[in-house]
Formats: sequence, structure tokens, C-alpha cells
Amino acid sequence: MADLLKLATAGSVDDGKSTLVGRLLYDTKSVLADQMEAVERATVGGGDPDLSLLVDGLRSEREQGITIDVAYRYFATPRRSFVLADTPGHVQYTRNTVTGASTAQLAVLLVDARTGVVEQTRRHVAVMGLLRVPRLVLAVNKMDLVDFDENTYWRIAKEFTGLTDALGYAEDAVVAIPLSAKKGDNVVLASPNTPWYEGPTLLEHLESVPVEGADHDAPFRFPVQYVVRPRTESHPDYRGYAGLVAAGTVRVGDEVEVLPDGLRTRVEGIDTADGELEAAHDGQSVVLRLADDLGIARGAELAAPGAPEPVTEFDATLAWLHEKPLRPGARLLLKHGTRTVQAIVGAVTHRLDTEDLSVVEDPGELGINAMGQVSLTVSEPLPLDRYDDVAATGSFLLIDAQAGDTLAAGLVGRPLVARPLEVH
Amino acid sequence: MTATEPVTSIDQLSALESEAIHVMREVAGEFDRPVILFSGGKDSMLLVHLAAKAFWPAPIPFPVLHVDTGHNFDEVIEFRDRVVARYGLQLEVARVQDYIDDGRLTERADGTRNPLQTTPLLDAIAEHRHDAVFGGGRRDEERARAKERVFSLRTAFGQWEPSRQRPELWNLYNGRHKPGEHVRVFPLSNFTELDVWRYIAREGVELPSIYYAHTREVFSRDGMWLTSGPWGGPRDGEEVVTKTVRYRTVGDGSCTGAVESTAETLDEVLAEVRESRLTERGATRADDRLSEAAMEDRKREGYF
Repeated sequence: MADLLKLATAGSVDDGKSTLVGRLLYDTKSVLADQMEAVERATVGGGDPDLSLLVDGLRSEREQGITIDVAYRYFATPRRSFVLADTPGHVQYTRNTVTGASTAQLAVLLVDARTGVVEQTRRHVAVMGLLRVPRLVLAVNKMDLVDFDENTYWRIAKEFTGLTDALGYAEDAVVAIPLSAKKGDNVVLASPNTPWYEGPTLLEHLESVPVEGADHDAPFRFPVQYVVRPRTESHPDYRGYAGLVAAGTVRVGDEVEVLPDGLRTRVEGIDTADGELEAAHDGQSVVLRLADDLGIARGAELAAPGAPEPVTEFDATLAWLHEKPLRPGARLLLKHGTRTVQAIVGAVTHRLDTEDLSVVEDPGELGINAMGQVSLTVSEPLPLDRYDDVAATGSFLLIDAQAGDTLAAGLVGRPLVARPLEVH
Repeated sequence: MTATEPVTSIDQLSALESEAIHVMREVAGEFDRPVILFSGGKDSMLLVHLAAKAFWPAPIPFPVLHVDTGHNFDEVIEFRDRVVARYGLQLEVARVQDYIDDGRLTERADGTRNPLQTTPLLDAIAEHRHDAVFGGGRRDEERARAKERVFSLRTAFGQWEPSRQRPELWNLYNGRHKPGEHVRVFPLSNFTELDVWRYIAREGVELPSIYYAHTREVFSRDGMWLTSGPWGGPRDGEEVVTKTVRYRTVGDGSCTGAVESTAETLDEVLAEVRESRLTERGATRADDRLSEAAMEDRKREGYF
């Protein structure tokens, strides 16, 4: 059975990202006739259909000719199915890049061959690196406008891998492809215009790149979503703990720790509506039956013994997503796994300067689209992993308690400081 | 992880199923009065099927709500009632006809009632104080839906404001809302039409018979095969013919078109969906063709 690759695309304004996504959909025959007719009707001035119109969905986007919101696209080849998070390029929508990156196994970053790596590219790479998107592709677009010049491609590719090296990406995790989304060169079909390029086309690469099998090897983590207690005639005494395996593997008979209390028990059974399982892996929704009734409710986390001690004070890196800036002393809600607690922001200790990717100390506050390092205090102990160890239980949201808005994406630990990104 | 046991990642349909079940359990855990929108169509039937799996062996902890346009296919209503009985569900019905009868809504000149569903839907949500409303919408359906969140915040007027939609990170959903607001929840967001049919086939999910090929008297309007019914029949010059057809979507009878098809079995439907060159909405929904931004406008008003 075919597998699934989740990818995100990012680029700055006018890099031709919507055209590239439209091209992928069109050339994989994922565009159906009525959609294509609508594009042809809407293309200004006749000529070749404007493939970007396939993806710019909201009216304000069509009016401004830019993409504002993350759009999800689906296409498939015989080898693989793809979910593509198409994220906007403009600086004021960087929060959408964070959103796309949070679930991506691979990110495609676009640059215009005429301008090469720009501030926006550096910002996007920094986001992808901080969120540890496992694989990156640099799409050097508009090669037709630089006469498919080999030196231009190599110069841009070299500058880009300089960035990714600094972020800790291995050489084989990064690929740079010269292409023209508008003309189709090296998107799906190999281009006759780049005889000097021996690598894969973009689609070939997406079809063959190993899918990082999430966190199979990570320690078992299972935030409890819901307690299933039917109290029906057929199941009068059934009690099971429903959730999605966030990381690792659980087997019948395994000892587990109940966090944050620290009590221990054993897994008696792994249930699904289709029958019992011997084991469940990350990404699977199951119901666990336990040997003891420990009064477990939604918000608890079941974990392999040896998980970090739950804490009420910790450091984290934030991607700040809201117009209202973050200042020390702010009182917010924090959602981690299936538990929401109160939080107070202590010091804002560092901010990433997205111009040169240097780290600024004591910035005072974080504005929209800023990434920075903070200290947090929460009202109840939380079973946190470092994001770099277990992303699923090392991540959290900050939420405005009154308005309900999502304010920040949080990564437990100090990845911003641990990985200096300065590149000159 | 022992070295002797290779781990294979779960297949794509199982991954989609787990994701949908996760979403449903989050709603059960965080909301007070969720409801499933249930038309008897394939996507809403999938919601019921997934809810049954999500809470097994307990019964589905949500009621279902049908917005009844009054332009129904008999087969679908019969199916709806059978599903409600089989799963022991509580059925709420919001009737467009009631609104037309007492003058709160006026029949449109074209006889189409899909756009009239919004008011009865919002009234029913307010009356039952539903704070989460499950819909079967998928992001592959249409361009405005491609930008929809899994948790989609609606104002007290049911409106969808693109600028107020929250970033959705990892699988941490933020369901906070003010009194009177509610959240539309779309567990099938990442399914495509083909995934839906492959999942229906894998799970043996029963559907109303009109999804499979049958003979029916139809007439052609606006490039679609419509069926005559209490909502009105062919106009002058619209010739009635007998065709072998099936439906790809189930909606208001006045504006849901059938497609010519001989696919009588699930396997045949699957093969047909694989080869189709039209989207299901483009092929069968007159109301989505009204304008370039038809769906976006109706979403803003509080439509599904």
C-alpha cells in the first residue's frame, strides 16, 4: 500500500510558489477538468493558463495576487500520496510557515534564481530548522529567466547549504533543484535545458525520499484524551483510556508511568473497534486498559518509565503568532498534550534576529512573527520532554485566556540558543 | 524497539482514520454539547462510522442533526432513520419547510433550497446550545475549503471570518470559544474523495442506494442530470429521459445532479472515481457554480 508524505512549501512573495504547486497538481493529473476550466476562464489576457489560480482560494488573495492563508493540497502518484501545506510567503504571514512546518516531514523552499537567497529564505530556513523538519528541498525557480545558467544555480545552492549546515542538517537531508515552475522544467519531467544537472526532478525526489517514520524509536508517550466507560449491559465494568500514541511503541504487558503523579501500572490490553492489538505505534488511535484503577482522567500522560520529572518551571523557545506582543509577566493558558494549565511568562531572554540570524539578548518583548527564548512558570507540574528529544510531547500552545486566540507555538528547551544560526 | 522487529508505518487510510478519531476524542473531551451534522450522505455517514469506532465499546456520545431542505430523496431519509436506529442515536431535525411555511424564509425563484439551510442550522445550534458541530467537509472539495481549519471558529452569527481563524500547530487543537460562539469541526479534512471511497470499501460502510447506478427519469439542466420531484420538474424544453445514473454527492434534490454511470458496486464506483476528470462538486452541485467565490461567500454566512 502506498504511503503518505506530508510536506510544506515556503517562499517569498513572487517566487512563484503558487505556480509551482499548481504545476505539481497539473502535471500529476490531480487537476480535474472543471477546475482547469475555471482557471482558463480566470486567466487574464488569454495565453497559457495561470496555474497559480488553482491554489489561491480566497477572494482577497485573488484580488491582491498573493497567498494569505495555509492551504492544504492533495495529490498522489502510484508511488505515494502527498498532503501539501502551501504556506504564504509574505513576512506578515510567517506564522503560517510555522503552522505548515509543525506537521511537515519535508519542506520545499523556493527562491527566485535572479535574486537568490534573501532574508525571507533565511527566516523560513530558521523556522524549518527550529521545528526540526527532517528534510529540506531548495527549489531554485525561474531558471528560464537566467538562461538556465549553471553557475547561478551552484552559487545559490552553496549559499543555502551554508545555512542548513549551520542548522545541523546532514548533507543528504538537503537537495537543491534548478527548475522553472512556469515552464515545467525539472518539476515532474527532467529538463533538456539543464544538461549539467544530474539530480532528480522535484517529483522524483518527493516520491523516493525516505519518509521519516516519525518517532517509533522514541520513548512511549500517550496523552489520555478520554476515559471510555460504557456502563452498558455488554460492558458494565469496562474502563479504557483513549488516546493517540504520540511517540514510541506500547505493548501489552508493558509497565507505564502515569504522569504527572508518577504512579506505575501495567498495560493489560490495547483495544480498537476492530479488535485487540499486541502493540501500538506512534500515530495510532487506540484505547488502553490498565491493570489498576488509578483515577486517571483526561490530561494525564502515560509514559515509558524513566520519563523526565514533571516540572512547573522551564525554558522554551516560542514562535510568537499574534499581533499583541508578548511581555514578561503575561498570564496565559498553556496547552500541552491533553492538558491545559495556567502559565506566567518570566523573562524574555533571547530573540532571533531574522536579518542575520544572530541571537539578541534581553529583547524585552516578542512581536508578531518573532522567535525567542522565554522562561515559563505553570500552575501544575507538566510531563515535558525537550522538543529535540520528543517533538510530540515537547511542544505546546500558548492561548489567550479571554479571547481564546492561539498566541504562540512553544518548543520545550533552548534550541534557539543551543544552535547558533549566524551566517555571514 | 528490538532490532528483530521491523516497524512498518501504518498505511495511509489507517493514518487518516487515526487522525479523525483523535479529533473526535478531543471534541468529546473539551466540549459540552457537540453534535454531528448528518444528512445521510457518504461523508456524514463516515462521521458516524468513525464516531462509533472512536468511542467503542461505548455508544456514540453525540446526537446527530439533520438540516432537512424538504427536497429529499426517499432512499436517503429511509437510510437516515435506519442508521439512527442502528446506532441508538438521538436525531435532531431542522426543517427548511417550517421556515417557508411560516414566512421566516422565502422560496427562491430557482427553487433551490441549499442556500436556505443556513438559518435553520444556526437556529438549531443556538436552540440546543451546541458548542461543537461536526461536519463532513474535506479540504480537497474546493479552493475555499482548502484553507479550512480542522477546528473552525464561528461567531455567534455562525460566520466564518478568515482572519480570526487560528493557526493549527502539530495536533494541538484550540477549541476555546466565547458563549454563543461555536466551533465547526472537520475530522475528514485530510481525506480526498478517493480516500473516502477506499475507506468505505475497506470498512464495508453502508450507503444510501442512490450512490450506486440505477435507472431514473432525469432531465438536463445546466449540464447536469436533475431528477424531477416535489421541488419541480422539467421546464419547457427540458426533455425527460431515462438514464442509468448514480449520485456522487447527496444534497438538496433540486440542485444535486446525477452522473451517468453503470457503477453498481463499490469496486466499480472506486474505479470510476479514480478515472473521473471532474470534481464531485463541479459535477453535481449547481449551487457551487453560482460564482467564482460561491463557497467562500456561503461559508462566511455560516453555511457548512
